[in-house]
Amino acid sequence: MGPENLIDAIRSSLGEAVLDVADSFGDAVLVIRADAVRPALAALREAPFDYALLLDLTCVDFAAAEGRFELVYHLYSLSRNVRLRIKASVPAGDPAAATLVGLWKNAEWLEREVYDMFGVRFEGHPDLRRLLTYEGFEGHPLRKSYPWRLEQPRIPLKDDV
Amino acid sequence: MEPLTRIERQARPESMLLNMGPSHPAMHGTLRIMLELDGEKILNAECEIGYLHRGFEKTCENKTWFNLLIYTDRLNYVSPLINNLGYVMTVEKMMGLAVPERAQLIRVLMSELSRVSDHLTCLAAMAMESGAFTVFLYMMKAREYLWDVIEFTTGARMTTSYIRIGGVRADLHPEWRGSLATAIKETRKVLKDVSGLLDQNSIFLGRTRGVGVISREDALSYGWTGPCLRSTGIPYDVRKAHPYLVYDRLLFEVPVGEAGDNYDRYSVRMREMEQSLRLLEQVAALIPDAAPLPAGPVIEPAEAIRRSRRTRTAERIRLSPNLEGSEKDRLAGLTAAAPLASVPAKEDTYTTMEGLISHFLFFMRGKGIRPPKGDAYFSVEGGNGEVGFYIVSDGSDRPYRLHLRAPCFHIVSALEQLIRGRLLADVIPTFGSMNMIGGELDR
Amino acid sequence: MSGFDLLTTRLESALGWGRKFSLFHYPFITACCGMEYMSTACAHFDIDRFGAGLTRFSPRQADLLLVVGTITHKLAPVLKTVYDQMLEPKWVIAFGACSVSGGIYQNYAVVQGIDRIIPVDVYIPGCPPRPEMVLDGLLKLQDKIQHQKQDWRWARKT
Repeated sequence: MGPENLIDAIRSSLGEAVLDVADSFGDAVLVIRADAVRPALAALREAPFDYALLLDLTCVDFAAAEGRFELVYHLYSLSRNVRLRIKASVPAGDPAAATLVGLWKNAEWLEREVYDMFGVRFEGHPDLRRLLTYEGFEGHPLRKSYPWRLEQPRIPLKDDV
Repeated sequence: MEPLTRIERQARPESMLLNMGPSHPAMHGTLRIMLELDGEKILNAECEIGYLHRGFEKTCENKTWFNLLIYTDRLNYVSPLINNLGYVMTVEKMMGLAVPERAQLIRVLMSELSRVSDHLTCLAAMAMESGAFTVFLYMMKAREYLWDVIEFTTGARMTTSYIRIGGVRADLHPEWRGSLATAIKETRKVLKDVSGLLDQNSIFLGRTRGVGVISREDALSYGWTGPCLRSTGIPYDVRKAHPYLVYDRLLFEVPVGEAGDNYDRYSVRMREMEQSLRLLEQVAALIPDAAPLPAGPVIEPAEAIRRSRRTRTAERIRLSPNLEGSEKDRLAGLTAAAPLASVPAKEDTYTTMEGLISHFLFFMRGKGIRPPKGDAYFSVEGGNGEVGFYIVSDGSDRPYRLHLRAPCFHIVSALEQLIRGRLLADVIPTFGSMNMIGGELDR
Repeated sequence: MSGFDLLTTRLESALGWGRKFSLFHYPFITACCGMEYMSTACAHFDIDRFGAGLTRFSPRQADLLLVVGTITHKLAPVLKTVYDQMLEPKWVIAFGACSVSGGIYQNYAVVQGIDRIIPVDVYIPGCPPRPEMVLDGLLKLQDKIQHQKQDWRWARKT
């Protein structure tokens, strides 16, 4: 299938979970409903689409302007040599999404990182804890509402140097 | 006290909990591996990362597009030019910049030098931690020659910020061919020596053959890329799959392994270094010698500035040695022609009004490079695999969101599975063969 | 100068000479400066020429703590613990801009200089410092060690 046919095939296969199809500087982007993320990605992982690699799972904070967090998934198909970007928005008030643990093994750490940095909870994740910051760190650093230079020391620091 | 870590909660009462790291000679910086041991056998393992989390992504949201280039150097710090390259190519994708051919060739040269340095450092550390200290010394020696080549051109051995948006900062050093030839020769000698020391060494084989084995399905499920994925037999290399710069015109092979064990990861890296040296020779033959600077009188900068108050200076200005290579006559072949994409030439900045204004417009906050709104993802082949940058731009002078797709993040997430059931001593070569780089893992 | 003072200054010189030329360092390596540390320790620049070549990976056996690379708040308690576990006499070198002052990072995650946690003897700036700078810093530390005074109050008869 050519690239346009592939996107059409995906769109028809996923049905009404797809909200929008876009092209961003040459990248194929699918915007889907947040509650359809897990079944949609499970379908994309299987034949005939074969997106075997979950390249990346991250989040963008649009809470101030648009009241949502946007989860961004990057998939890669080895057999077809194409990438795909999937976006799904969750409301900023109580950001939660379905976990991808069980589909891809690296989802565990990727989702822990998004939880740590943005506070998005992943339902069904076996061990949702902070990954990059430490126990006792309050807040979620990559949120726009978190001040960039607000340090939370773990041990008392000398200030008069 | 309530046990916090998963391994403490799951531990059996009769086993021993051992903590490796975060400050440990073999932990490549800062990684904490907690092990539940029955004698020497590992029953359970847990990795704790984040000890080098330096807030890269948050910092990038607060720095201008040009300024944050220095932070990209410090991501995968054993191959810093490749991170530079990934970032600038993502921005160039968004801005639609066309980079001149000479700059592309120089970028390939620098990338391959970085790649060889990366593999040398990885294998040197892996061998040293397994006990082969000589290999470490030999490979560090080879790395010095490669860093000499980088230093003569860019000014710094490691964190260079040389590859800039639109092109590169300066032209190659006049004697680059000689130093590159020496570096390639010395590296080949070192690779031959190390091959002789390790390839059929029964101790090394005993520690790496059949140890840390991962299947193809698991490697794909973990999102592995790069030499670690290729050691399982899957020939995915971003330079071949989605060629960028001039890689589609160059001849090189992508070595693959079979078993996905530590030895295959070592062997794939050794063979990749040979392919990178081959690429270096091809690129060196493709880069034409820089045209000599125009003949004629040369004046000192102070004199030129004094004269420029009255008339435009037609004579060439002698720049200071640290600006060597970025003379105005050279820059046309090294940076994209788009206005405000890269730092203007110093001769213009100091002698003409338009030059000074364009310099300010480039550097001042609120001005400068402005990619259009939208998001883009671009990846290059780094030492560890696919280094991807996902950048969201809102049209302002700094990124709205910048995310690094770190290859070793996915590779290290499989560590717990690879060492479970093995002996304590197997942790070291397994972890060493993964090439965990803290700056990339923790960002 | 009394005979006692002559003896103590000679003893201090001898102690300083002995200590400065047999430094066992603990490389607390975290980040990019580790690469320059590896270069300094290896054949081209060779820290072993100055007697400081032997790396001891246990704080109990080391007397020089080389803090190489960025120290984050997550790692700060570990650094303090390692420093506390070292035995006197001990010295600390802050290697690289990040351990000197936080370097290019000033955000929620990075300690702005290790002298907020432990006392530092020599600061080596650079991002990363060239091996020659590291060796210069080591020589300055050796100078400092040579001229350190001991506390002889216990031996004076008052």
